[in-house]
Amino acid sequence: MPHYLDFEKPIAELEGKIEELRHLGGDSGVNIADEVGRLQAKAEKLLRQSYGRLTPWQKVQVARHPDRPHLVHYIESLIDEFTPLAGDRAFGEDRAIIGGIGRFRGRPVMVMGQEKGNDTDSRIRHNFGSARPEGYRKARRLMLLADRFGLPVLSLVDTAGAYPGIDAEARGQAEAIARCVETSLSIEVPFVAAIIGEGGSGGAIAIAAANKVLMLEHAIYSVISPEGCASILWRSAEHAKDAADALKLTAQDLLRLEVIDSIVPEPLGGAHRDVPAVIQSLGDALETALLEMSEIKGGVLRARRRDKFIEMGRAGLS
Amino acid sequence: MNWLTNFVRPKIRALVRKADVPDNLWDKCPSCGKMIFHRDLEANLRVCQHCGHHLRLDAKRRLSMLFDDGEYQRIELPKVTLDPLRFRDRKRYADRLKEAQARTEEPDATLVAHGLIGGRPAVVAVFDFAFLGGSMGMAVGEALIAASRLAVLQQAPLIVVPASGGARMQEGTLSLMQMPRTVIAAQEVKEAGLPYIVLLTDPTTGGVSASFAMLGDIAIAEPGSIIGFAGARVIEETIREKLPEGFQRAEYLLDHGMIDMVVPRHQLRETLIRILGLLRNPRPSAEVVALPQAGIEIPADAAAAAAGEGAQGDR
Repeated sequence: MPHYLDFEKPIAELEGKIEELRHLGGDSGVNIADEVGRLQAKAEKLLRQSYGRLTPWQKVQVARHPDRPHLVHYIESLIDEFTPLAGDRAFGEDRAIIGGIGRFRGRPVMVMGQEKGNDTDSRIRHNFGSARPEGYRKARRLMLLADRFGLPVLSLVDTAGAYPGIDAEARGQAEAIARCVETSLSIEVPFVAAIIGEGGSGGAIAIAAANKVLMLEHAIYSVISPEGCASILWRSAEHAKDAADALKLTAQDLLRLEVIDSIVPEPLGGAHRDVPAVIQSLGDALETALLEMSEIKGGVLRARRRDKFIEMGRAGLS
Repeated sequence: MNWLTNFVRPKIRALVRKADVPDNLWDKCPSCGKMIFHRDLEANLRVCQHCGHHLRLDAKRRLSMLFDDGEYQRIELPKVTLDPLRFRDRKRYADRLKEAQARTEEPDATLVAHGLIGGRPAVVAVFDFAFLGGSMGMAVGEALIAASRLAVLQQAPLIVVPASGGARMQEGTLSLMQMPRTVIAAQEVKEAGLPYIVLLTDPTTGGVSASFAMLGDIAIAEPGSIIGFAGARVIEETIREKLPEGFQRAEYLLDHGMIDMVVPRHQLRETLIRILGLLRNPRPSAEVVALPQAGIEIPADAAAAAAGEGAQGDR
């Protein structure tokens, strides 16, 4: 049973009908192919219409869709010989961030990112993708390792934010994130980041200060969650929809603001409707980004990465 | 120009302008609740004389407190696009900005100045919490980049004094991008071999703490300052339990190894002068000690120790 979002109700109804018809067809032997075909065309049209002009708040829902592919799915399909690496060598192993070495379309890379989990067990194991300082210190360790061996870094971002807890604060969440950003801006290897679901605030930028930042078509990237923003500025979380509009958190807005470098298209109806297709297109986009950097020397890569962020937001906004 | 700008605006300005504070006011300490004579409080650098609580200090007071004889030169900061997202909540961000500018008579939340500290040149960037909670948007990012580049140009240390709730939501993801931008500012100073010192004041949280503020070569905090990543309310709502006493205070960070020292406001200047002197002067400031003359007998173990040091020095 697929999971439907609120705004997908008309689509859900149509697809329910199609299912029903197929069932009936099987029993009675009546030719219903025409009717099914007609309904399918209608459903597709509806999908095209609603996904063609998703509001920012609808995109928030799609980005958090429970069936949306996560880091583990991308690693499984895109990375051969994946060898996960664990631990921050200081306190613990944070499973909210997964990372390791592997082969991406033939070349060895370091791949890392947040994993939200796909069922109750795995969600708890990965802390819903919200990392503690150990997670960021592990990410930093992996970046330094990649730097040492000349491995390009692929970072897939999908988090509601860094974990807000007593233990996380006690062990220096702020410092861990700051250090991670600092290392991101120091390494001399190609660094590509992709926002694949939610890019939640400091917890996201910690591993996204990259040479190229890609974003899936319906992903979001924001300084604060719309709910958090609404409860502060509107004094009520019920205004989350208004906050989502105001924050300009969609890939389309962020490309205009030059915060991201390109948008990776999603299959019709969102990444969750055709997981192999979205994995393929992200893989292609990552490969293109890496190829663009393959001839550039490390020091230049680092300088360009820094220049990009220094220049960001300076031009063409007024 | 019309009658509106000519006549009405100055009057509105006059209404919102800060009234001169008469000297006979009393303040109430937010910590112990005791009354403090306004002039005493100012004379005491806004530290409560009863309980030692450090009240917030405005940016200009902070600058004059840190520099020799309270003298410094401010630098003009780059202009940025105001309100890049045309953000509007219950109020327009453009209006919030104008109000904050009128109230503080500053363009944004960070001031950058240079001058002498202990007779040596230094660049200081201070946050003004009164300007939209010291929040960090494009203008603050530009200020820190300008401060960093000035420090490198002058071959002077950079001292940053954050007082900020974090990123400025009204600039959306662009405000988040000030995290990498300010980290680069800190890196440029460090890579030029110059000291980068952060003086954490109340409050230093969110995206500010998770970027340049936690990267100081040396981290000093004022007593009682709230320093942390997540806000206390968010943490309470997430974990559904009460936070421990003193959580996220400067002293808590010191106990958890996150900062080097907690220094009362009155000792900040001398502490900074001492640290900068030590970092910037490899040789002792005391008079030169004469070398032992030939023929003087050196004890065997001292000679061996000296040889050992020499060997280490060859690394």
